[in-house]
Amino acid sequence: MVKDIMTGNKATAYGAMLARAQVVAAYPITPQTTIVERIADLIAEGKMKAKYIMVESEHSAMAATIAASNTGARAFTATSSHGLALMHEVLMWAAGARTPAVLVNVNRAMAPPWSVYADHQDAMAQRDTGVMQFWAENNQEILDSVIIAYKVAENKDILLPAMINQDAFYLSHTSEPVDIPDQELVDQYLPPFETEVKLDVDNPKGFGSFIMPPQYMEFRGHMARSMDKAREVIRKADREWEELTGRSYGGLMDMYRCEDAEFILFGAGTMMSTAKDVVDELRKEGRKVGIARLRVFRPFPVDEVRYLADRVHAIGVLDRTYTFGYGGPLFNEMNSQMYNHGKRPPTKNYIIGVGGRDVRPKHIRGIFDDLEKVSKEGYGEEGEIHWWGLLDGKTPEEEL
Amino acid sequence: MIEIRFHGRGGQGAVVASRIIAEAAFREGKDVQAFPYFGVERRGAPVTAFTKIDDRHIRNKSMIYEPDHVIVLEASLIQAVDVTQGLKKDGMVLVNTESDPDEIRRQLDFDNVAVVNATKIALDNQLGSKVQPIVNTGITGAFARASGLISIESVEAAIMNIVPRYPEKNAKAARDAYEAVMLPGGG
Amino acid sequence: MPQNIDEIPPTPMNTVSSEVVKTGGWRAFKPVCDESRCIKCWICWKYCPDVSIAIGENGPVFDYDHCKGCGICANECPVKCIEMIPENK
Repeated sequence: MVKDIMTGNKATAYGAMLARAQVVAAYPITPQTTIVERIADLIAEGKMKAKYIMVESEHSAMAATIAASNTGARAFTATSSHGLALMHEVLMWAAGARTPAVLVNVNRAMAPPWSVYADHQDAMAQRDTGVMQFWAENNQEILDSVIIAYKVAENKDILLPAMINQDAFYLSHTSEPVDIPDQELVDQYLPPFETEVKLDVDNPKGFGSFIMPPQYMEFRGHMARSMDKAREVIRKADREWEELTGRSYGGLMDMYRCEDAEFILFGAGTMMSTAKDVVDELRKEGRKVGIARLRVFRPFPVDEVRYLADRVHAIGVLDRTYTFGYGGPLFNEMNSQMYNHGKRPPTKNYIIGVGGRDVRPKHIRGIFDDLEKVSKEGYGEEGEIHWWGLLDGKTPEEEL
Repeated sequence: MIEIRFHGRGGQGAVVASRIIAEAAFREGKDVQAFPYFGVERRGAPVTAFTKIDDRHIRNKSMIYEPDHVIVLEASLIQAVDVTQGLKKDGMVLVNTESDPDEIRRQLDFDNVAVVNATKIALDNQLGSKVQPIVNTGITGAFARASGLISIESVEAAIMNIVPRYPEKNAKAARDAYEAVMLPGGG
Repeated sequence: MPQNIDEIPPTPMNTVSSEVVKTGGWRAFKPVCDESRCIKCWICWKYCPDVSIAIGENGPVFDYDHCKGCGICANECPVKCIEMIPENK
């Protein structure tokens, strides 16, 4: 194992290389990142044996990825924000066609206002496509997740595409130490891709046929069942990775000091890494706090959420985007998973870090303070949704 | 945690300098983060980069607001940017300049200033042209001495690993700047 | 600078021209003309991508508030009377 300092983009490229991705189809123009440049370098240097297809849009990138997967190749692509939005239609196709391709998305805000900064709207808007979603908090997790995602996606009971999300700049352009696992170890974990769902001249098949109403629902039910099964497959894949590398990401949810926690924050991405530092500080002050970092958004960690519901006094849900209608996506998901469950601690939604606004330790501390207040005194005038630090004339300067 | 901010102009390699310092510290067993100011880079425009160094695993992903040290790759930036913004009172500023250190101290209204003529060192080592000297590697060597945080050997090793073109010349420039830097309080 | 949510328009709108955006600070090198050698062909004026050269009485007049120091004028000048000099000199 070699340790090197690398950006999230480079860690992504190394993940694809170590996973022995055989076809990479990508559109190289904005909002694309250096992920595909690094992959092109690795291929040019002969370190990665893959066919690189440069296409004319992200829509085509995903289409080529599906086609490559349909030939039995392990396929990979990467995109960001508007590129992911343009892929939307083809993501649904990839899932329905049961192609276990992996894509890495650099989470960036949608325009206008034009932006290239960290925001989760791009990925959250792909919730219903049937693509599994992993969320990383550091560059090591990105590299590892590419490999783990193939392991899960290619499982014969799953056969669904997977997307790994990494926050723009906070991971994509930030260099930090990353363990590069040995190729033999990755090969041991991830055997070559084999599938029955593939084009084969000796055994001809056609894909994408029209289906009448009496059968369509069964195909969707089949997909839904696979997505549900993916929960256990992901937990198992995480444990197996830990056995080989010593690194676990908690399966579907990364719980930090939650065992005896009274107040927890739930959210995704790098801001939850920062929040863990704050939890350590608050613990020193005697406060029972913890972090539940969403590691997998699709399938949703239902059991993990209900485990927390049984134990904690209140849950603050951090959303780095909004659904424009009511609440952030994670807030609504968390609430609905608890509704039919026995216990329902109060939850409050904190919209924070939207469009790359920096999430600092003092913000996390302020949110914990607010959450404790809510659990004792109720929501007050403000209600259950709080845009943290919004310039509405109410937020004091020192909180920004 | 030690936090360092770099000021340069687009194309001068402030981001690479931040990575060299990070890698040098990493070679000495520290955990590190190096990142550009989260912006859109354009050649010539003032740019900022950052390095975090700690004995423990760095989980804090937020940006740097109160740096321990500031490195300025070009003295003209002092007029364009508030380079001491948020700098800790016991922090240090390292400036690439041919000026007298007292002149820079006066301009910055800050005492703990080290200076090095990294431009001359770059040209002496045939790095870049008079028009565009490559100063980002030399200044990392000066920082090793001025800060005492990392050894010059680690800086040289980091340069050999990171810099794609003329790594030996760049490592030599770092060593030269290490020798030549004028420390705060003389020396 | 931060703006209050009640004071911003519904979507970003420019109400002034890009003239107010001073891009001169991006410059590392500035063009300077030796007017004694200028032949007033105005090729520099034609080529300037930032409309930062005006036609003057004795040669080009540089708009240093907006010139980014790209050096195209110096490169294209047929008599090489425009020199790019370091900004900090």
